[in-house]
Amino acid sequence: MNESAHVSTVFDEDLGGLRTQVLQMGGLVESQVSDAIEAYNSGEIASVKSIVETDRKVNELEKSIDDDCAHVIARRQPTASDLRLIMGISKIVTDLERAGDEAKKIAKGVRRIYESGHMPSQYGVGVRHVAEAALSMLREALDAFARLDTDAAQVVIRADTEVDTEFKSIMRQLITHMMEDPRTITTAIDIIWIARAVERIGDHAKNIGEQVIFIAEGRDVRHTGKEAQK
Amino acid sequence: MMPVEQSIHGLTPAISIKNLNFFYGNNIALKNINLEIYKGKVTAFIGPSGCGKSTLLRTINRMYDLYPGQRAEGELNVGGANILDKGVDTIALRAQVGMVFQKPTPFPMSIYDNIAFGVKMHEKLTRNQMDDRVEWALSKAALWEEVKDKLKQPGTGLSGGQQQRLCIARGVAVKPQVLLLDEPTSALDPISTMRIEELIHELKREFTIAIVTHNMQQAARVSDYTAYMYLGELVEFGKTDDVFIKPQDKRTEDYITGRMG
Repeated sequence: MNESAHVSTVFDEDLGGLRTQVLQMGGLVESQVSDAIEAYNSGEIASVKSIVETDRKVNELEKSIDDDCAHVIARRQPTASDLRLIMGISKIVTDLERAGDEAKKIAKGVRRIYESGHMPSQYGVGVRHVAEAALSMLREALDAFARLDTDAAQVVIRADTEVDTEFKSIMRQLITHMMEDPRTITTAIDIIWIARAVERIGDHAKNIGEQVIFIAEGRDVRHTGKEAQK
Repeated sequence: MMPVEQSIHGLTPAISIKNLNFFYGNNIALKNINLEIYKGKVTAFIGPSGCGKSTLLRTINRMYDLYPGQRAEGELNVGGANILDKGVDTIALRAQVGMVFQKPTPFPMSIYDNIAFGVKMHEKLTRNQMDDRVEWALSKAALWEEVKDKLKQPGTGLSGGQQQRLCIARGVAVKPQVLLLDEPTSALDPISTMRIEELIHELKREFTIAIVTHNMQQAARVSDYTAYMYLGELVEFGKTDDVFIKPQDKRTEDYITGRMG
């Protein structure tokens, strides 16, 4: 990535402004995810409302950043690293917005579970663990974007495999419980939804990591499996 | 067996340049250029003013012969022969390698004669054959429909964009292998520019095209290959798609992203 200044200072300001907005949006989504996990752990469902409200802000930011990207393309016809930055940002905000949606799903699932009774203790640990892992992936992906650090981006991409594996193991446990005791089915299904949302947040963080590599090096590592880890 | 170049790139070079140096008196303007311009492709030369891109273009048809004190060293192969050799017939060379300049340069004669003039120097055609050739060249340059009823009127009476297409028609009329375009649209309005760009796209089916342009977006739009030159050196040469998305050299990146101070 080329960090030296453009001849046009306005262009530099446009690009700098875009990067700041993405990080702002990322901060909001990060807080949504972290609040949703906290609600899952504590049963403090009052925060659900604020998570849903934050989602509106996130949606607005997605639209405004995409709009700014379109303006930069129309006015500046960016090339090379500038072009990759704009394309990357436009994809990153889609992933961020979807990660925010998943946080909202977690929050709503948590509310259903606690409103209808309590969180069965045996489900707590596994989901909590994978959720922390997904949240830290998201944080690291945003850090990697802020510094355009491809090494950090690769760490995020690799971490997704673990989150996927943990999600599958949670699924197996829940299926076993449901077969053993059908009275657990309602709650177990809610927990599956939650675990699924957590797993998707990991996927979105991974996608962001892939875009960081594209922006910084021009390499498209999507759908390349182990290639991306080189 | 296919030539080596063809087997490597799947492309045949129309022009192949080896260790080319160019001097204006004692000043060196091109430094050890090595490059192949592929047949049937559009190659764009970009770079800041004074980087040598126009000089390189003018070397390809030996325009520099017209100016004392200018000389080229090295190899510049067009159709298998080194055109820098002393015995080269430059008139025949310029029929093989046509050139269009920044400002339209119609001759002070009729539209018809603008086209026929060059053809007469190289070929003996009957009146009918010449009529056909003029129509063919003007059609190739996408100008026929606009001028077919006023072929006897002076070429200088056309609009700037039409004059430039007339010059392209004049270049095409002698059926060259290569067309050199030196900033062909810098004096034209956006619509005339688009017409010329569309024309370049059509012409590359039959001709090899090398274009010098200051407009990077134009290079990105019209060319298959892009060469970036700086201070008389060829910094980077590659597929246009690669050069504009992921240039290999930081100097190219700085230039095309507008980071040059």
